[in-house]
Amino acid sequence: MLNNLLSHILSLSIWVPILAGVAVLALGSDKTPNATRWIALVGGLAAFAATIPLYTHFNFAYGGFQFQEGIRWIPAFNINYHLGVDGIAVPLILLTSFTTVIVVIAAWEVITLRIAQYMAAFLIMSGLMIGVFSALDSILYYVFWEAMLIPMFLVIGIWGGPNRVYATIKFFLYTLLGSLLMLVAFIYLYYQTGSFEVVDFYALPLGLKPQILIFMAFFMAFAVKIPMWPVHTWLPDAHVEAPTGGSVVLAAIALKLGGYSFLRFAMPISPDAAHYLAPMMITLSLIAVVYIALVALVQQDMKKLIAYSSISHMGFVTLGFFIFNSLGLEGAIVQMISHGFISAAMFLSVGVLYDRMHSREIADYGGVANTMPTFAAFAVLFAMANSGLPGTSGFVGEFMVILGALQANFWFAFLASTTLIFGAAYTLWMVKRVFYGAIANHHVAELKDINKREFLILGVLAIMVLGFGLYPAPIIEITHATVLQFISQMHNKIPSVVSAATY
Amino acid sequence: MTMQKIYLAIPLLPMFAAIIVGLFGKQLPRATAHVVTILGVGSSFVLSAIVLNDAMTAPAYNATVYTWLKSGTLTFEVGFLVDRLSAMMMVVVTFVSLMVHIYTIGYMHEDKGYARFFSYISLFTFAMLMLVMSNNFMQLFFGWEAVGLVSYLLIGFWYTRPTAIYANLKAFLVNRVGDLGLLLGIAMVLYYFGSLDYATVFKLAPDFAAHTVYIFPHVPWSLMTVTCILLFIGAMGKSAQVPLHVWLPDSMEGPTPISALIHAATMVTAGIFMVARMSPLFELSNTALSFVMIIGSITALFMGFLGIIQNDIKRVVAYSTLSQLGYMTVALGASAYSVAIFHLMTHAFFKALLFLGAGSVIMGMHHDQDIRNMGNLKKYMPVTWITSLIGSLALIGTPFFAGFYSKDSIIEAAAASNITGSSFAYFAVLVGVFVTAFYSFRLYFLVFHGKEKWREAKGDSHHHESHKVDTHDENNHSSTDAERAHDSHDTSHEDSSHEEHHGLSPNDDPHEPGWVVKLPLILLAIPSVLIGYLAIKPMLFGDFFKDIIFVNHEAHPAIEDLTHHFNTVLHTPAGMALHGFMTLPFVLAASGVLVAWFFYMKRPDIPAAIQHRFSLINKVLENKYGFDSFNEKVFARGALFIGNKLWQIGDVQLIDGAFVNGTARLIGKLSGVIRKLQSGLIYHYAFAMIIGVFLFLTFFMKT
Repeated sequence: MLNNLLSHILSLSIWVPILAGVAVLALGSDKTPNATRWIALVGGLAAFAATIPLYTHFNFAYGGFQFQEGIRWIPAFNINYHLGVDGIAVPLILLTSFTTVIVVIAAWEVITLRIAQYMAAFLIMSGLMIGVFSALDSILYYVFWEAMLIPMFLVIGIWGGPNRVYATIKFFLYTLLGSLLMLVAFIYLYYQTGSFEVVDFYALPLGLKPQILIFMAFFMAFAVKIPMWPVHTWLPDAHVEAPTGGSVVLAAIALKLGGYSFLRFAMPISPDAAHYLAPMMITLSLIAVVYIALVALVQQDMKKLIAYSSISHMGFVTLGFFIFNSLGLEGAIVQMISHGFISAAMFLSVGVLYDRMHSREIADYGGVANTMPTFAAFAVLFAMANSGLPGTSGFVGEFMVILGALQANFWFAFLASTTLIFGAAYTLWMVKRVFYGAIANHHVAELKDINKREFLILGVLAIMVLGFGLYPAPIIEITHATVLQFISQMHNKIPSVVSAATY
Repeated sequence: MTMQKIYLAIPLLPMFAAIIVGLFGKQLPRATAHVVTILGVGSSFVLSAIVLNDAMTAPAYNATVYTWLKSGTLTFEVGFLVDRLSAMMMVVVTFVSLMVHIYTIGYMHEDKGYARFFSYISLFTFAMLMLVMSNNFMQLFFGWEAVGLVSYLLIGFWYTRPTAIYANLKAFLVNRVGDLGLLLGIAMVLYYFGSLDYATVFKLAPDFAAHTVYIFPHVPWSLMTVTCILLFIGAMGKSAQVPLHVWLPDSMEGPTPISALIHAATMVTAGIFMVARMSPLFELSNTALSFVMIIGSITALFMGFLGIIQNDIKRVVAYSTLSQLGYMTVALGASAYSVAIFHLMTHAFFKALLFLGAGSVIMGMHHDQDIRNMGNLKKYMPVTWITSLIGSLALIGTPFFAGFYSKDSIIEAAAASNITGSSFAYFAVLVGVFVTAFYSFRLYFLVFHGKEKWREAKGDSHHHESHKVDTHDENNHSSTDAERAHDSHDTSHEDSSHEEHHGLSPNDDPHEPGWVVKLPLILLAIPSVLIGYLAIKPMLFGDFFKDIIFVNHEAHPAIEDLTHHFNTVLHTPAGMALHGFMTLPFVLAASGVLVAWFFYMKRPDIPAAIQHRFSLINKVLENKYGFDSFNEKVFARGALFIGNKLWQIGDVQLIDGAFVNGTARLIGKLSGVIRKLQSGLIYHYAFAMIIGVFLFLTFFMKT
């Protein structure tokens, strides 16, 4: 029985949250709010529990796909329900199921209208995103990828802010247009290989020109999702209009779908093009790091500021991918996980304030530390993590990517390092204006410090942020074999770190 | 207990104390805060002393505690290197920290953030110990940033004050500029040496002495020069060297105990410690050493000048700290690393003493910090008076006092150095002696002697200067922020931060605080007198730093010259002190004291006249050479301006306006045109069909 379950652990990871979502829809209603919440929480916890064997039973020494399972789905086109994960996908799946629990708890007293639908949207979305991380058939992947947009669209569109229609349409069109080109690439690859299997795509020898076209088609889909400059403008709008939970999932997980997909599709399928286009990718990444950080500096809306900060931090992810060394690559993966915790914590913190004051404008705050000292301590911790302070998880990825970038070019490292200054500037300046100073107005004077529920979610995230800052080795260990394999897949063009002493 | 466990316990005890007090300080009785943290730091101090004693004979301990992460062939570790250098630093750090902990019981006893403060200073002790005990660059960076974090938290301890929260942000960001250099330096080390472990890197370094790198195409630069200068930029931030010094004077917004601990005795010397630790690298680049020396001499001299015109008691001491850090840096540049560390140690004692003395004065004056309102305090605060006098005498380098031995050695080292910039450095440190003596005794005479000026002080014009400066500084933020900060200031008095109290009323007498304040003063005064006499021989001329600090004696003979001179001419520390009475530095120091006495005791009209006569120079000094306004106008406002333009023009107008919404508009227009085709009128469609048929037919008929 147990072995049987283990061999379907990926299906369970996908379908437990989706079925839990359906159950919440069926059983829950606004008339029985607490029961609805508890069903959602139990479902979320069950879904999280379902993903844990992915870590405990993972073979750390093997770089290929594990926990594979598959059935034929549409034999006419050779489309299969084929799942499998490697060391890059597992941490992201765990992050997804973990974040979903956080989001459910965060919504507890905050969402009072259409509770069941809200909770269900997040549970279903969680399953779909795990599907994206574990699909090994490109059409299956595509279905999950697109399907995941629907609950997110609904979350922003129903529980969102006043300008939500503009934001949702922008979000939807941006991501959809990119995805269509990806579908074209899949169909092209299908005609070349006769299969939609990812591993078959890897084996396909392609010339540089088709590789570049394929890479660009993927690029359109993934760059929008990450998002990279200049296709990033949907993100601040979406964040501003999204409810807290929507922002958390968007920042913590949805952005990683793009980063993950670069590693799963764009780079290994068209490795020569990835090398050929690396200068473009690095340039765009560095623009994201520097340009976006400067833009973040002048934001007046806390959510916009954190949204821009996310884009800037994701610049490190793409930079790490395209400097082609293991430090950069592993750093980028750590950065994705770490950003999941930190951005979730930051958006939840804004949510804590928004629930009380119904404003996200920095100017409406001031001196919050006087009335909410415990919350302020958390906020300063997360701000420091966002500024990449050593000892927090925010440091690890940036540190590794900067070390790796210098091996490619001094100036890449220099420009990336400016985040030390700008990242601290926009984050801590916001902290100063919101938390420090005398009590700014009577609204701030009436604020109540965080309750036990809020303390719980922020506390758990604080533990994650500090834990992975002080001991990041687990993330690296699980990805290590996969990263090695990935590097060899990239035609061995990736020089491992060689001490100059040897030549 | 094995030594390994002791090494581990030394940083962890303060950390656990900080966590306990930080998390549960509010629930526990008030006294728990200081009991727990003092127990932690006190034990650390005792253990550090044991370790130092052990390190005098035992070989260096260098081992990993745990592996932080492995990537490819690289291993990043957390580990300790305990040799005589780190053991000495550990003793200094824990001793000063212990003194400050005790002192804080008195200084902060009314403050509602009592537990928070103790938690922070214990956390600081942990971070600083991690920094000095590190055996690799990554942990160095961790400690480096962690002390920066605590410094940020403590400068902004009274977070309702606009000046404090301006200063802490500024301190953090300026330090981050330095950290950028340090991080890039570390990245260079990792790339070329393939390791971040000190021992490995230092062993490989000589092979790279002639290695060149191309930072700019076609311009070969020495690898060691680039790496060392990058590392030193980090030191410039943390150890407040020009032009990254701007944060240190403002950091005086923090409570006085941390000014003593962090911004005088320990954290700001981290840069000096780091360079000394990296001596095997710096020795390989004369260019980097010259850079170090010139930056140090500029700091030593020009920051000293600023001390002359300050009227806030803490700021005078702060500028003196800047200047003394410059002295240490000069010693580093002269390859006299041991001398720099020696001065670091003596300075830690007497500068902590001076700051705590200043804090005692501030308490006595009911939190008035303006030295123009003080005078004759020797009558009311005898312990503070005597200990401050001892501190001042040590600072100006009076023979037999601790500062004499270290400072005189720096001057001699600068004289003996032969690298580019050493003659300027010699000039700077000599002039600096006069300047130091002058501003130190200006402060001393104004505070402890003369008329009791608070009795005639009118209104509360004091303490406002710093506020004015601040409002001005706030301009670099958006105007709304500045206005709000300014407005809110007037209402912030209700908070319990006791330094907001305004001065002593004319009929009151100042009182000396209790034993928790006096005891640290006395305990710090003892090493301020004795430590130089006791330690100079082993530290500079003995085996104390053997195999720890590396000097290429042929290229950089300074320290060897000093040793030779000591062994052949001076023989003993006492001999050195007696000889010291006949040297130029003593004449300069003595004349500085005399001039201060003449100006501020005898003829107080003269300074005013000079100020009037040389108003231009005075203005330059009052504006602190314009560093602050330059940074504010160019960097702070520049970044905001560029950020705004990138956002408004780049994101809003171009990407969203022209591209995204432009596409949407275009599609809207196109569909508007196409929509007209679907008119719903049969004859329109019929007409279109006929045209279609006609076109098809023409096409097929032709072929």
